Order: sequence, then structure tokens, then C-alpha cells
Amino acid sequence: MSPIVKLLAQRIALSLLLLLLISIVIFAGTIVLPGDVAQSILGQSATPEALANLRAELGVNDPPVERYIAWLFGAMQGDLGTALTSGQDIAQALSSRFWNTLFLAFWAAVVAVPLAIFLGLLAVRFKDRWPDKTISAVTLASISIPEFLIGYVLMYFIAVQLRWFPSVAMVNDNMSLFEKLNAIALPIAVLTLVVLAHMMRMTRAAILNVMQSAYIETAELKGLNAFQVIYRHAFPNAIAPIVNVVMLNLAYLVVGVVVIEVVFVYPGMGQYLVDHVSKRDVPVVQACGLIFAAVYIGLNMIADIVAILSNPRLRHPK
Amino acid sequence: MKNIPISALIGLFFTALYFLGAIFAPLLAPYGVGEVVGDVWEPSSADYLLGTDNIGRDLLSRMIYGGRTTIFIATAATVLSFTLGSVLGFFAAVMGGWIDQALSRFVDLVMSIPTLIFALVVLSVAPVTIPMLILVMGLLDATRVYRLARAVAVDIEVMDYVEAARLRGEKTAWIIFREILPNALSPLIAEMGLRFIFAVLFVSTLSFLGLGVQPPEADWGGIVKENKEGIVYGIPAALIPAFAIATLAISVNLVADWVLNRTTSLKGGRG
Repeated sequence: MSPIVKLLAQRIALSLLLLLLISIVIFAGTIVLPGDVAQSILGQSATPEALANLRAELGVNDPPVERYIAWLFGAMQGDLGTALTSGQDIAQALSSRFWNTLFLAFWAAVVAVPLAIFLGLLAVRFKDRWPDKTISAVTLASISIPEFLIGYVLMYFIAVQLRWFPSVAMVNDNMSLFEKLNAIALPIAVLTLVVLAHMMRMTRAAILNVMQSAYIETAELKGLNAFQVIYRHAFPNAIAPIVNVVMLNLAYLVVGVVVIEVVFVYPGMGQYLVDHVSKRDVPVVQACGLIFAAVYIGLNMIADIVAILSNPRLRHPK
Repeated sequence: MKNIPISALIGLFFTALYFLGAIFAPLLAPYGVGEVVGDVWEPSSADYLLGTDNIGRDLLSRMIYGGRTTIFIATAATVLSFTLGSVLGFFAAVMGGWIDQALSRFVDLVMSIPTLIFALVVLSVAPVTIPMLILVMGLLDATRVYRLARAVAVDIEVMDYVEAARLRGEKTAWIIFREILPNALSPLIAEMGLRFIFAVLFVSTLSFLGLGVQPPEADWGGIVKENKEGIVYGIPAALIPAFAIATLAISVNLVADWVLNRTTSLKGGRG
């Protein structure tokens, strides 16, 4: 087996192991903590009989290991259990919301990634001059405000004062793609602002790192202009770190949507999760937590795989 | 302490201002925290400098008391995460071997779950009280501090003076607190600023989601939650905490930047 296949197989196996361990952590996190779940669902005034019934229904009396295994095997077959509060099948309730969340995160990425890389290149080209300084000042400001507040600031000025876009992002299946995009324009703008700063800074750092290599000096001495040096020599060598940053930020996007969905009342998984946390609906929270963690780990894994594949020393072993 | 750059001075000034405001909240606030004093969403006037909120409470008073809660929780969580994270990080670096491996792999595991998701999972079963919030935020953040503390301590641990202390027969606790801690302090303090900001943003986010500080207690995230309906009618009450959080975060950032630059230049400008 060539070393690169082995390396990739190891990386994928590691991710699967990580996911398994995380499922244990998520499951354990909801049972070892202080507080009686049945009590918190029913409130302080619950009768002992009602409490006992709910505990039996939740399976709290069974040994934890048995419950965990039953839960895990169910989850692997797509059975995430039923919600305590509504009695709905969780997998069914989640499927359309999951696609909504991916839809939002996808379009945010389509806007944010090229913009961040372009601005990063711009910052390198004009290093220590006003474009670079302006970009870093805006970055500092945007990481200093929580994302939900950026959401309300944009909502107040763009949706309410200027009336350019709707202030809530309601989507349904009957809408055309354009109508949907119009509805989610503001959430996309917020998410872009949230990840842009970090992504751009890392792009700038990665390219600056490459710019110090000897072959860049050769290219400069050869008489190429600054953009050509960056585009033809620095950028290909900076791809691995940049892809890494992009993937990490996409992973962050998937989590960032949780809060943004609540702000814009968007029917996605994040809003569903937050709703059910306050209702203390443990099976729903476990299911959502597991899915979010799986997406997060999957994107991190892709980042590592791209880094391995883009490294010529690993692609062409001696 | 001379030659403090102007940006760091501005940062220090506003950071101090916010902390003093938090400490002396009852003296500064013109009205009580839950006191209904006027109409719903009154504009700002001489009586109510920032106007009133969704049920007619004075917004300025609520912002001052809210700042107190937010800053208190963030500070407590930061102190907890730093104490735990740095001590464990130093311990892992000094001991090495399987203790280091076990701790580091466990931290990797916790860090591979997004912080907000983990916090939501925990808060779905745990009672949402202020001590619980501090505990959850402190423990989750301790993993980040552990990473940094361990990385810094591994470099210090191979220095000759640590070797000398070992040969003198000093115990592990001495090596951690007398040899490593003083030399790792500067990067840790700079990081502390950033973790503090993160804690402020995090507790505000949780409160905004209704899973943080519970009413009638005020905090900056909660004020946004209470007044968010006003946005649609063009009432900017919910945006006031944005201003407070942003200025606090930027001030702390400026100070942290300065501490970081100072420590790197102390190494002869090599960093």
C-alpha cells in the first residue's frame, strides 16, 4: 500500500474513533450531571407517580451502558428516538431542518471564502500600508461583537431603516431559489462578517510565510510584478494552509448558524436545538449535538486530507 | 511601566472604567435594576439617559447592573479556566509520559466538540444558575488554556535552571510554581485578555438564547433578548449592549496586544 493511502486511511479511522468517543461524551454529559431530568421536565410541583412514569419512559432506571448502546445503534440506523415534548420522530423533524441549515451555511461560504482570500491577497500586496491597516481594524471590530448583535445591527439598519431585505428569514419549499436567497441575504451577510475576519488574517499569515522563501526572491528578480509573484508562486504553495483555514471556518460556520438562526427565525437545526434545550428535551439535544459534532469533525477531516494531498512530498514518495 | 503606547493607555482606561462601573453599580445606577419607572420604550431624555426598555425600566440602570453580572461571570470563568488549565498544563509538561498523553488526548477530545454545542448539551440537563454557568464556561475554556500552558511549559522545562532545580531535589510543586510559572506568566496574561473577551461574548450569547442569566437579573445578552422585538419597530434599545460589549472587547484587546508585544520584545526582539 502506498504511504499516502495509509496516511489517509489512518486519518479517516481517527475521525471515526473521535466521533465514537464524542458520542460517549455527549451521552455521558447528559446523565452524569447533577439534576434529575424528569424533575426538570415536569417542574417542582410534579407528583411522585408522574415522575416515576416519566423516568420509566426515559429509561433512566436501566443501566447507563445499556442505554448508551441502544441509543448508539439506533442513531447509526437513522433512528434518533422521539422528542419528549411533542412525541415527534426526531429524525423526521430534523431532516428538512438539516438541509435548511446546510443551505444557509453553503451560501454563506460561497460569499465568504472568495472574498476572504481576495482580501487576504490584497492585505499582503499592500502590507503595512492603508489597505492592510483598514482591513485589520475592521477585523478587530468584527471579532469584538458577538454574532447575534452583528445580526441585530444589520437588521436594524438594512432591514428596518433602509428596507432592502426582509428582517426575518422565512423559507419554505414552495419558494424559488431567488426568493430563498433574498430571504436569507441578511443571515448570509452576518455569517460572512463573522468568519471573514479570521479566514482573511490566516490567509494573509500563510502567504506572508511563503513570501519569505528563496524562490519568491528569484521570481521577483526575474522581473515578475507583485500580483504575478503572489498568484503564480506564493499562492500554490500556500494552498494547504489556506484550505485548512477555510475548512476550520466552515466548521465554525456550521456552529455559528445556531445563533444566527435564532436571530432571524430561520427554520434550521440550530433553532430546533436551542428550542429544545430550554424545554429540556434531552433526546433531541443529544441527536442535534451528535449531528453538529459529526459535521464539525467531518470538515476538520477534509481539511487534513486536503493538506496531505496537496503536499508533493507525500504525493510522490521516493 | 513607562513608554506605554497610546492605544494601550486608551485600552487600560476603558477597561478600568468598565470594571469600576461593575464594582460600584449600586452607587452609579440612577434607578433599581427591576424598577418600572416609565412607559414602554421611551426615547432618551434627561430622566432616562438611554430611554426605557420593553416594560418601562430605565435602560441605563439595567446596562450598569447588567455589566456587573456579565463582567463578574466572565471574570470568574476566566479565573477558573486559568487556574485549572495552567496548573494542569504545567503538570503535564513536567511529568511527561503517560500522564501528559492522557491529559492531552482528553483535552483534544473535548476541543473537537464545538464549545457552544457542548455547553448547550450540558445546560439541557444542568440547572441554569450563575455558579453552573461559571463552572461550564470555566471548564470548557480550561482546555484552551491547557494547550497554551503546556506548549509554553514544554519549552521552559528543558532550560538549565529547571534541570538545576531538579538536581537540587526540588519537588514537582516547586518546579511548577517557582520555576515555570514566573517564566510563563507573560504569554499567559496576554492570553487571559483574549479568553476574558471570549467569556464575555459567550455568556452574552447564552443569555441571548435564554440559557444564561435568568430574569429578573439583568445582563448584556439578556437586555438584547428582552428588547429584540423593538428592532422591527425601529427602536434601537437592543443595540446598546452591542456598543458596550464591543468597546469592552476592543479595550481589553488593545491591552492584551501591548502585553504580548512587550513580552516578545523582552526576548531581544526575536519573537
